[in-house]
This record gives sequence, C-alpha cells and structure tokens, in this order.
Amino acid sequence: MTGHLVVVGASLAGLRAVEAARRTGFTGRITLIGAEEHLPYDRPPLSKAFLDPAGAPVPTFRRENVLQNELGVRLLLGAPATHLDPGRRVVVAGGRNVPYDALVIATGAYARELPGTRGLAGVHTLRTVDDAVAIREALDSGARTVVVGAGFIGSEVAAAARRRGLDVVVVEASPTPLSGAVGERMGEVCAALHRRHGTEVRCGAGVTGIEGAGRVGRVLLSDGTTLPADLVVVGIGAVPATGWLQGSGLTLDGGVVCDETLFTGVDGVYAAGDVARWHNPMFDRPMRLEHWTSAAEQGAVAARNALAPETAAPYSTVPYFWSDWYGGRIQFAGIAGEDEVRVVEGEAGGRLVALYREGDRLVGALTVDAPARVMKYRGLITRGASWSEGLAFAAERRRRTSGDLDAGVGTDAGAGKRRMPA
Amino acid sequence: MRIIVDRTRCTGLGMCESVAPGVFEVNDDGEMELRTATVPGERLAEVEQAVACCPNEALRLAP
Ligand SMILES: Cc1cc2nc3c(=O)[nH]c(=O)nc-3n(C[C@H](O)[C@H](O)[C@H](O)COP(=O)(O)OP(=O)(O)OC[C@H]3O[C@@H](n4cnc5c(N)ncnc54)[C@H](O)[C@@H]3O)c2cc1C
Ligand code: SF4
Repeated sequence: MTGHLVVVGASLAGLRAVEAARRTGFTGRITLIGAEEHLPYDRPPLSKAFLDPAGAPVPTFRRENVLQNELGVRLLLGAPATHLDPGRRVVVAGGRNVPYDALVIATGAYARELPGTRGLAGVHTLRTVDDAVAIREALDSGARTVVVGAGFIGSEVAAAARRRGLDVVVVEASPTPLSGAVGERMGEVCAALHRRHGTEVRCGAGVTGIEGAGRVGRVLLSDGTTLPADLVVVGIGAVPATGWLQGSGLTLDGGVVCDETLFTGVDGVYAAGDVARWHNPMFDRPMRLEHWTSAAEQGAVAARNALAPETAAPYSTVPYFWSDWYGGRIQFAGIAGEDEVRVVEGEAGGRLVALYREGDRLVGALTVDAPARVMKYRGLITRGASWSEGLAFAAERRRRTSGDLDAGVGTDAGAGKRRMPA
Repeated sequence: MRIIVDRTRCTGLGMCESVAPGVFEVNDDGEMELRTATVPGERLAEVEQAVACCPNEALRLAP
C-alpha cells in the first residue's frame, strides 16, 4: 500500500508502529506526531536507573538520523494533536492540518495529578523525562521525600530514594497497596518489601493537604499526621490521553475503544498502547494495559492492520509487566484472578512464585526475584492451562531445582537490562 | 528459516519461550537455548511472533 500513514504519539507504541510499517514493505509517506519536544524515549528506566546519582542519559530509542533517513519518517515533535476529523481524514497538530490515509493513535497516558498542587515547587508526577530530571535533581540535593501512592512507579521512586540513604515515606489511601494489580494478599507481600528496606508505608491514609510557601514543606494526612517534605512524588495512576479526540466520533470510554484488531470502528483509524482499550481475545474481555510489552506489540499490530484492514489480525496477549524494587524484581504475567492465589515456590517475605486462579483456569503468575520462572507460566497461561496443570508444573519445577529459586538467576536480569539500541 | 540469536543482547527473560515453547527454552542457569536451529514450517508464524516480541531485539530469522 502507498498513501500516507500518520501516527499520533511519538513514544514506544508510535515508534513500533512506524518501524512495523516499514518492515512490512510500506513505501508511502509516514508522519510521526508528538506532543513532547523529545525524540521517542523509553519510560521504564525513568523510575529506575535514571534516578541514581550517576545521572544516566536520556534513554532515547533511535537517533533522529535513523528515524528520518533510514525509516523515512517525517517528525512533527512539540506539536500536540488537538483535533481529529475522520470525515475529511485530517489530524490537526501544532496548528497544522495533516491529512492521512491510515491513522494510528498512540497518545498513551498522562499522570494523574493531586488536585490543587499545580504550581507548588517540589511536587511532581513521573511520566516524562522532564519529570524524571526534576525528581533526580531534588534527590541529588538530599530531599526528604514523600511518595503519594504505593503503586509501581511510586514504589520504584521510594526505592531510588532509599538507595541514596534518604528518608522516605510512602502514603497510600487504600488499605493495601497494589491490590488492583496483584490482589490484596500479594499487595501486602510487596508492601513488606518496603518496610524491610527502611521505607515507611502508611496505608489507609489520605492526603488532605500539601503546604508550603511557593515550595512544598509538609504533607498533611487524614489521620492528623504532618510529614515534613522537600520532595513529593505523586504516583496515583495514569489517565489515557484522549482529550484531543473529544467530538471526533471515536468511542471513548476509559481509553479509545477498539475491537480485537485494535480497530476503532472509524475507517482507517486504529489505536495502540496505553491509550487503547481493546478486546483481548485471550481473556475475552476489554482491557487497557499500561505495560511496556503490550504497548510495543500493539504499536506494530495497529500499523500493520491500519495499512491492510482487509487482512487485519487480532491482538491477543497475556499481559506482562515487571517492576524493580530495592535491587529485586517483581514480575507479573496474566491477570490477578480473584478465586484463589497460591504461593507455589518460595515463601511470602522472600523470593516466591504465586499463581492465580479463575474458575478452573490458571490466569496469573507473580514472581518476586525468580526471573527465570515467570515466562514459563506465561506460556502455560497463553495455552489455556488449567489450574491443576499449573500446580503440576510448579511441583515439577520444585522437584527439578530442589526448591532452589536461585536456579536461573544470574544471567537472567530480564528486561530491566534491556540494552538501548543506538 | 534459521533463528539467529544475538548473545550480546539476550538477557534470558524468556518472552520468546512463552510464545514458542519447545523452540526457545530458558534453562535452569537462566540462559536461553534454541531447541532447534531451523524452524519447522508449521511453527513459522509462532516463531515470527516470538522474534517480534523479544524486548531486546536479540532474535532474527534468516533463510
Ligand atoms: C516512570 C515509568 C516507569 C514505568 N515502568 C514500567 C515497567 O517497569 N514495566 C512496564 O511494563 N511498564 C512500565 N511503564 C509503562 C510503560 O512505559 C508504558 O506502558 C509505555 O510507555 C506506553 O507506551 P505508549 O507509547 O502507549 O504511551 P506513552 O509512552 O505514554 O507515550 C505517548 C506519547 O504521546 C504523546 N502525546 C500525548 N498526547 C498527544 C497529542 N495530543 N498529540 C501528540 N502527542 C501526544 C505523549 O507526549 C507521549 O510522548 C512505566 C511508565 C513510566 C511512566
Ligand atoms: S525474549 Fe529475547 S532476550 Fe528474552 S530470552 Fe528470548 S531472545 Fe533472549
């Protein structure tokens, strides 16, 4: 196919979309539109190695020269899209009309802010490299740190502050952290990791105010506590970036709603990554993920489907994410089925493998510091394994390794050691 | 088709194994091993997907 492929959102999903388009032999024009001035960069390091004092460089995916000359992509950066007119097949970005034949929406998500804190210095969310630079500078100056929200990103920031020996308190409104992501019992297990490393976690405490004269000085909690703070990092979730699509006729409901092929239902328009809420055939339910792996894969699928709608392929996946805390790694594959969670290797408080059941199906696996395990369970879940098959597999692993979860650690650092291609 | 692994990039995460077990396998030392160097025709689609989903871009297919 020739014509003009436009991709809105110049991050992971958007980059993978343009790369996949070229790989399938698309020779038409490609325009990549991004709100940020930066070339596409990788976000997971921003709450991990990037926050260390050494000051890692911006984790850019591809050099400008590669994007423009090798991939033949016209870059429109610093040009937020503000409007989509699917009737005329035009996107308005940075005040310009950009006509398209095929469109991939990959505008991701932005961090939810704490109301009333805008303009107060020292209060940050963490989504962009600019946020990460500001947080790193505050950590460099030895800030007393309060993290609001005990989710994955907030937890990683807390771990980064502790690595520097700084005092840090994590405040979480719900009684158990991460219960949505990994279930209540395992959320508790994760919270214990914080306490073991000297991070105070206050659950069930809401923030009632953040005070300071121009700059943050203290955080007030609903239980009456006042926490002194020079840096407040707010990690209370992300919101899909669909504001610019209001009135476009696309269905927006907790993301851009898509079918299983990532098709929005509007001719030529597909969506991918954190912004997309698509029907995942693997679990036969709509999902919007905020995970690196699915954003990358969806970007590629959305572009291929947008360029050849008549042969559009479904995107079916067992969700996967990882998070690095205190030198250890939490990995999760699947969904946190609520019928049962069982620790099948190791034990709460240390390294472990826990499995999740829904009905008689194995639907999820959580590992803490057992990196060689998680993908084997992901494979089982992909193949629709029953609960008893999952348990039998775990028993076999225990037998083979004599319960030694060390087996397989060592060289297997997983995606956190992802090398950045130049 | 043959599978080519760039050992300087592979970290042994095993995303490939979860997509195409029996072709890729992470062993007990955390190293990813190829169980077959050439891809059987009926598994090509699966292996292509595994190649595409390696987060480290460590896999390639060659004729
Ligand atoms: C600090 C941090 C740590 C993370 N750690 C992990 C991890 O350990 N493991 C994991 O699996 N996942 C992790 N994630 C999640 C992962 O990074 C995301 O799932 C991934 O970045 C999603 O990619 P995306 O391209 O869909 O969206 P995004 O990366 O959000 O990119 C969307 C892009 O679109 C741009 N945009 C928005 N609106 C417009 C507009 N109107 N016009 C033009 N451009 C627009 C944005 O500026 C942005 O650059 C982390 C995320 C963050 C922020
Ligand atoms: S997915 Fe990639 S990095 Fe992971 S084991 Fe397979 S080839 Fe190696």
